[in-house]
Amino acid sequence: MSEPRIRVEKLDMIFGTNVVQQNVSFSVAPGEIFVIMGGSGCGKSTLLRHMIGLLRPAGGRVLYDGESYWDAAPAEQLALNRRFGVLFQSGALWSSMTLAENVALPLKQYTPLSTTDIARVVSLKLALVGLRGFEDFFPAEISGGMRKRAGLARAMALDPDILFFDEPSAGLDPLSSRRLDELILELRDSLGATVVMVTHELPSIFAIADNSVFLDAETKTAIAWGNPRELAKSCPETKVRAFLARGEAAPAAAAQAVG
Amino acid sequence: MTSTPLAHPGRHGAEGTDDRLGLVQEAGHLVLRLSGDWTFDSPLCDPTPVAAALAATPGPARVEIRVAALARWDSALVVFVDTVHALCVEHNAPLELGGLPAGAVRLSALAHAVPERAGGRRPGAGRLWVDRIGVHALARLRAGGDQLAFLGEAVIAFGRLFRGRAVFQASDVLLFMRACGPQALAITGIINLLIGMILAFIGAVQLQKFGAGIYVADLVGLAITREMAAVMTGIVLAGRTGAAYAAQLGTMQAQEEIDALTTFGIPPIDFLVLPRMIALSLMMPLLYLYACLVGLLGGMIVGTGMLSLTITQYALETQTAISLTQFAIGLGKSVVFGILVAIAGCLRGMQASRSAAGVGDAATSAVVTGILYIIITDAVFAVMFNILGI
Repeated sequence: MSEPRIRVEKLDMIFGTNVVQQNVSFSVAPGEIFVIMGGSGCGKSTLLRHMIGLLRPAGGRVLYDGESYWDAAPAEQLALNRRFGVLFQSGALWSSMTLAENVALPLKQYTPLSTTDIARVVSLKLALVGLRGFEDFFPAEISGGMRKRAGLARAMALDPDILFFDEPSAGLDPLSSRRLDELILELRDSLGATVVMVTHELPSIFAIADNSVFLDAETKTAIAWGNPRELAKSCPETKVRAFLARGEAAPAAAAQAVG
Repeated sequence: MTSTPLAHPGRHGAEGTDDRLGLVQEAGHLVLRLSGDWTFDSPLCDPTPVAAALAATPGPARVEIRVAALARWDSALVVFVDTVHALCVEHNAPLELGGLPAGAVRLSALAHAVPERAGGRRPGAGRLWVDRIGVHALARLRAGGDQLAFLGEAVIAFGRLFRGRAVFQASDVLLFMRACGPQALAITGIINLLIGMILAFIGAVQLQKFGAGIYVADLVGLAITREMAAVMTGIVLAGRTGAAYAAQLGTMQAQEEIDALTTFGIPPIDFLVLPRMIALSLMMPLLYLYACLVGLLGGMIVGTGMLSLTITQYALETQTAISLTQFAIGLGKSVVFGILVAIAGCLRGMQASRSAAGVGDAATSAVVTGILYIIITDAVFAVMFNILGI
């Protein structure tokens, strides 16, 4: 059994007296598309931030190929960060730079490519997300959905090993959402990327997720793991089944879904 | 069945009664009769009579809401029902809503579908003032620690710079240099010209009494080159550039742009703070020299205008009074002040809370912190140079 690409061990996310989640453990195999699910406000995005180096955990470890991120020296942490591609919920593009400059920055810093070569790579990345021609636009000049796609182009710039997506489909129309799913699958198949997504979109979850973890806001820990299609059918936890069925199968749990 | 009316429906405008609400006791349970318009056009119905009825002993076994001639209704009705529901829960009396319009019953049920989130209500409203002083004091201590930590990180980043391993864009440095250098010439010039003139004027008024008007040149020369040019230029830049840096970084913080840099393995200190520090520390000495020139010019205008000195006299006296040491001191101070302004601006920007008000507060704080840093450092320098005998 090969070493999992990412392993989260007994992670505690606590801020002062506020416990967001405790004792969360799961692993992500290489090349897997992994979904972090849960009700609103249960700490999914916070979990993602703990994994990519933005928030230090109150307890537990995050391991990449066996190496603990938070126990590593800052230089090693930086080296790990360079293997990540992160798409934030609102894109988080650098607002004083054009789309082309946004995508080009990681390329400029970490590759020996010349300026013209970088421009060609940037055009390709933007074309992959359907933004060919928008190179010289500023983030404020494009719509929210387009900003998100530009953020994805930037996340993919260095062909990273591990991609992290925070609600990638939020704000996208159904067709764009489907195209995004196809792009994610393609990235996994052609580049061998491992993908960790926080998402609510049930169609996407059922279409592309291989594995998942369900975070519960009440017990404040993870309560289900596995392939979402199997969880929908046979998970012992009613909350999980209600979530995955959008409240259809369990009317009494509709109130939970509303929350 | 005895029916005791507890309030009189139909009484218009009488104090304390709402004629849309009628309370009737029927064999140990309370009936609320609603009539009329229950909309936002009139003030919400006061539930006090209901609360009083429930609080009476013995309390009613249950509460029923009936409707008689209910005209228009909207959420005002649902709010009332919700309040009555809370009162009933408090007094342990079941509530029957059967008499209400179906829509109101469904809305009321929906409002109670999701239980109140535990720990949702925030404490702090009822804190003692002693408590609050303590909380503030601890927050200040932590803030002082944060400033030291930031200063340390900036020094380490400078170390990376000298080893050639800092991650930033040279084009950014040029952009910032243009913003804080040439674009600051006008205001720096005006302020220092006027300072020079004011110093000369005040000095002249006093020195004239002793026939020692010529020494105005010494006064202005020493004051400007040693203190005023560096300090005033520093304060001007704290106001215009320090606030700008804080606003830029504060807005970036609010939009997660700084987090994005971190996740790409680009240290925000290197990428954002270093170019700003370099730009200011390069431009400040140049601005200082320009400020000296303009300040001395201002003094000369007053000296020759008010005291009838000649330009040559004034210039020669100035030249005798100030030595290269004064310029060296002023230049050194200006570089330090530039770095301090950059640190204050960037520190407050990165600490900004993620809202519009937060960015505004950060800009204000950057100016205040920058000016404080400048004045305190100037005092330290003054003592230092005094001891060193310079």
